[in-house]
Amino acid sequence: MREVAIIGVGMNKWGELWYKSLRDIFTESALLAIDDAGVDHIDSMYVGCMSSGLFVGQEHLSSLLADYLGVCPIPSARIESACASGGLALRIGFLDVASGASDIVLVGGVEKMTDVPVEGATFALSTAADQEYEVYSGITFPGLYAMMAQAHMHKYGTTREQLAQVAVKNHHNGSMNPLAQFPQKVTVENVINSVMIADPLRILDCSPITDGAAAVILCPMDIAKKICKKPLVKITGSGNATDTIALHSREDITEIRSTKVAAEKAYKMADKKPEDIDLAEVHDCFTIAEICVIEALGFVEKGKGGKATEGGLTALDGKIPVNTSGGLKSKGHPVGATGIAQVCEIVKQLRGEANDRQVKNAKVGLTQNMGGSGGSSVVHIMEVV
Amino acid sequence: MPAPKYWREIPQRYRLEGAKCKGCGQVYFPPRLICSSCKSREFEMVNLQREGELLTYTIIRVPPSQFTDQSPYAIGIVELDRGVKILSQIVDCDLDKLEIGQRMRIEFRKIYSEGEAGIICYGYKCVPV
Ligand SMILES: [Zn+2]
Repeated sequence: MREVAIIGVGMNKWGELWYKSLRDIFTESALLAIDDAGVDHIDSMYVGCMSSGLFVGQEHLSSLLADYLGVCPIPSARIESACASGGLALRIGFLDVASGASDIVLVGGVEKMTDVPVEGATFALSTAADQEYEVYSGITFPGLYAMMAQAHMHKYGTTREQLAQVAVKNHHNGSMNPLAQFPQKVTVENVINSVMIADPLRILDCSPITDGAAAVILCPMDIAKKICKKPLVKITGSGNATDTIALHSREDITEIRSTKVAAEKAYKMADKKPEDIDLAEVHDCFTIAEICVIEALGFVEKGKGGKATEGGLTALDGKIPVNTSGGLKSKGHPVGATGIAQVCEIVKQLRGEANDRQVKNAKVGLTQNMGGSGGSSVVHIMEVV
Repeated sequence: MPAPKYWREIPQRYRLEGAKCKGCGQVYFPPRLICSSCKSREFEMVNLQREGELLTYTIIRVPPSQFTDQSPYAIGIVELDRGVKILSQIVDCDLDKLEIGQRMRIEFRKIYSEGEAGIICYGYKCVPV
């Protein structure tokens, strides 16, 4: 396998972009990534997108997005794994370059979620759960994560305040990210007094509905050394794993096993351990998710995620800063784009371009992106060389 | 809901029919074609136990549109007595008094009704014992 570098990243302001179409928000980010990389062409492209059919009534993104980026007839594919679509697209692009099949590859992610009313968006998102044996009974995504939270609190003594600390930290980080949808800071009191959605999760425990896109450019290391004028970032580990689609079918509903297995694969490939990671972007679709994920990634012992968050382990100045971008909570969560935006943040941090939220001496970064209630996960490890 | 989609699930929703693997004894609900544990493709039909224990729960306060008239309502994951776990609404209960570990019993109930000329959708719900 060839070594793979990330030589360009691109992302625009996220939010409720009612004045922009799906094709335009994608193309803007793709052009930013192409300009950042300084390349004059791409050989193939992959785009993560969960549900353009339900959100905007448009499928066949492989053609549409290649067409509007002006790159036809290059090969193009849309990749779907619910909210992990972006992360999975990166893995496919990585394998395309590593295998020698393509040299310059664009990997993007996009979701345009606000063209439908909220009920429409809720329905589209719910299709990531088991339609016949979960959704049929009236469950929602906040509901599924709320049941994980309830079980985690019961089993490990995780507190309501500890959940809130995830939101407080991520909004603090997001306040320094000009691209974030909700850069406002929040307090523990704000979170625990916000509107109840599914007990014990409140509105400020949940990531928002967002329009947005992000893109990166990959190429083999030998080409990157010749054309890249910025610090070289290499993908050293890539892991993907699955679990049952229904939360209730899992042995332990407080453990995100797909993330645990994907992380083990990525650590092994990169020859790294959890303690070697300088910073991580993880899938905080709900506050409890970040707590379960930092446990699954091995940053903390199982059951200690809440306590570690409260103790500042994952804060910007902590031992392993998590979600320096603001995470899904503050930056926004256009589902298919999230996994790629995570990579954009890690690359910026490793290059030393993260301005006010820059982590000192960041050399090794990790991204973790998951679908549904944890039915699929993708983990990548990146290093600056 | 298209009628065939609803009709296909009737053995599970009305009668709680599961499948027991002839290779290792694992019970699946709904039935599947191959066992995840031992890879056997031979199953026998079993009816699930109708009682179990509440493993976790939540109260849905922002429901999907077809459940608006029932909100707020409780949903939980219940481990039935032969080891199968299901997700279902918990009804006929005080929402403030639910507890992990509580005993539950399955009952046949209406799940929701679709608008004009739509079908009434039935299935299982849990009630505290
Ligand atoms: Zn078996």
